Amino acid sequence: MASAPLARRNLRVGLLAALAALAMLGLGFAAVPLYRLFCQVTGFGGTTQRATLADADLAAQIAGSAGGRVISIRFDANLANDVPWSFRPRQVTDRVAIGERDMAVFEAHNLSDQPVTGTATFNVEPEQAGRYFNKIQCFCFTEQTLQPGQSVAMPVLYYVDPAALSDPLMRDVEQITLSYTFHRQAGS
Amino acid sequence: MATTADTFQAHPDEHFDHDADHKPGFFARWFMSTNHKDIGTLYLLFAVFAGIVGGAISGIMRMELQEPGIQYLGWWVEFIGGGPSDFDKAGHMWNVLITAHGLIMVFFMVMPAMIGGFGNWFVPLMIGAPDMAFPRMNNVSFWLTAAGFVSLMISAFVPGGTGLGAGTGWTVYAPLSTSGSVGPAVDFAIFSLHLAGAGSILGATNFITTIFNMRAPGMTLHKMPLFVWSVLVTAFLLLLSLPVLAAAITMLITDRNFGTTFFDPAGGGDPVLYQHLFWFFGHPEVYIMILPGFGIISQIVATFSRKPVFGYLGMAYAMVAIGVIGFVVWAHHMYTTGLDVNTKMYFTAATMVIAVPTGIKIFSWIATMWGGSLEFKSPLVWALGFIFLFTVGGVTGVVLANGGVDDNLHDTYYVVAHFHYVLSMGAVFSIFAGLYYWFPKMTGRWHSELLAHIHFWLFFIGVNVIFFPMHFLGMNGMARRYPDYTPAFAYWNEIASIGYWIMAASMVVFFVNVTWAFLAGRRAEGNYWGAGATTLEWSLSSPPPFHQFSTLPVIEDHHSHHNHIGGRPSGPAAAH
Repeated sequence: MASAPLARRNLRVGLLAALAALAMLGLGFAAVPLYRLFCQVTGFGGTTQRATLADADLAAQIAGSAGGRVISIRFDANLANDVPWSFRPRQVTDRVAIGERDMAVFEAHNLSDQPVTGTATFNVEPEQAGRYFNKIQCFCFTEQTLQPGQSVAMPVLYYVDPAALSDPLMRDVEQITLSYTFHRQAGS
Repeated sequence: MATTADTFQAHPDEHFDHDADHKPGFFARWFMSTNHKDIGTLYLLFAVFAGIVGGAISGIMRMELQEPGIQYLGWWVEFIGGGPSDFDKAGHMWNVLITAHGLIMVFFMVMPAMIGGFGNWFVPLMIGAPDMAFPRMNNVSFWLTAAGFVSLMISAFVPGGTGLGAGTGWTVYAPLSTSGSVGPAVDFAIFSLHLAGAGSILGATNFITTIFNMRAPGMTLHKMPLFVWSVLVTAFLLLLSLPVLAAAITMLITDRNFGTTFFDPAGGGDPVLYQHLFWFFGHPEVYIMILPGFGIISQIVATFSRKPVFGYLGMAYAMVAIGVIGFVVWAHHMYTTGLDVNTKMYFTAATMVIAVPTGIKIFSWIATMWGGSLEFKSPLVWALGFIFLFTVGGVTGVVLANGGVDDNLHDTYYVVAHFHYVLSMGAVFSIFAGLYYWFPKMTGRWHSELLAHIHFWLFFIGVNVIFFPMHFLGMNGMARRYPDYTPAFAYWNEIASIGYWIMAASMVVFFVNVTWAFLAGRRAEGNYWGAGATTLEWSLSSPPPFHQFSTLPVIEDHHSHHNHIGGRPSGPAAAH
């Protein structure tokens, strides 16, 4: 039936199978950037969005014409075990109209006698709010270095996208929790 | 085997018959083997050994859980050389035991027995091939698996953070497996998975090539025995899922040792990503463990009903469907990681869809037996046990598939009961069914049917007494992975532990039976199950000659796909 010798045909099928395995191995590693991209695009796992001031102005106009509702925002501050700081929101909750720009302030204080650099990770709960939670400015976009004993007030400028008003999954969301965790920069 | 099919036919049969039973010396035969039957035997012996270790570990676990409090773990901490024990070390010892039990049973007992053991033995025989496509690679597969087992054993005796050994669970979740476990134990455990995984990928490549290229003339894919189909689907699952695990655990290794942060939020990583990668492998893995069992059960049910299996094509494509859908349901292991309601809805629905092809299989087995002239020989009895208990595990699986219900049952003993019904009863029952079905074929000696039946009843009662009460414990909120529990759970835990001893007694019967077979067992003829056994392995002697099918058997067209002994194979057996 088949004309090629068996050993050749075996080698071909065997190599094809090995290629498939290698492709899946590559896909396993490719999952890392793909997963990050997926979370950013869809807000999966409560990943928040970044916006410009122009976006914010547009959102405010849309919200104004839609007669947006007011939503409660809760602020949560955490530290990894090895960060010798105190870190808390100045105000634990705030009420803000959807689409309206608002600023929250977090206070950090370095309790140790050496400079410490940290980066904050963040997400929001409930998860479906992630794609509507826009940050214009945030201390979490950059590293923060606190000198020994130094205290700083760290602002977040944000708004909730008025598109949330037309999402059925957001209908019964009355409060969004914005959470930060500071991790110590390696070597600091 | 660089010989072509043409050259085979060019030689006269007698030339091969003369050499058919020529075996190399002991060392060359068993340590450098390239013979599919010898490698299958090695895999089976290895699986039995690993099964004893893994089963003994579950004995320690059931002893510890027999009553509330911590009784025995401290002794084991000191036994493996962990110094004076304390509460934390005892807890870590528990984690090491459950990790080892899971990894051993999955990677070093069920997979080697089903795929390496029965797969190697009977896939070439059933398709009429002289051997596997890559016999030397076959040898490499086995020794990689064996080396993986050694690496896992070493991990138990080196520091793993709180005490000796890797205490991460078989899932090796970050961050417990990264920043949570300092010391080389987890590295050894991960390396063990690398080795076993590489061995399995090579094995899968070998099976795919063998089944695609080396079927006897006339045996189309749609005429292959269902066991061969099951191994083919399993090989594809292995080939596509194991590399993803390899990637994930390689990232664990670099996170642990080389400062990367794939799964560490401090550096922008996400531990949940590890869970996605792991379960993208892990869910196909559970079908890898059960599909060859489906194949074995199909052969046995057809043989002892003296009927072709009902709905052959439906049975074959049900396995394909299970394999395909198995790749798109992984997040049902992760309902409590915070998936939104739409994602849960999808994974719930997709998971339940798997019940359809599984149902096709169960009902087709029943339909095969319906009106058949059933002979309750030990393989059929084990197969019936399989069908009954696997269905119980399937039903609890449909319960757990519900995202909302799973929020409540996740990581409870209900889940433990579920996956032991499909594995400890599903997979293991099919392994024993296959063993009693083919034992005389492989060894040429009869086991005792009486002891096989006693083994079955003790094992059947034992495992049910162990695992059925776990449904109650789980529904009442007893969490998995703890060595201690509130006294409210003491009653059913004690009963479960008694079940373990019944099960252990049945294993004594099993080993007595095997010993008896070798010492005093009757010699088995070629087709000892009679007219119902129609696949090609029954056309050979028991045990088959060292080399078989030097002239390829021809499968004739007018025979139905269930009856593979069409043209009499002119291999060595036929010459006797």
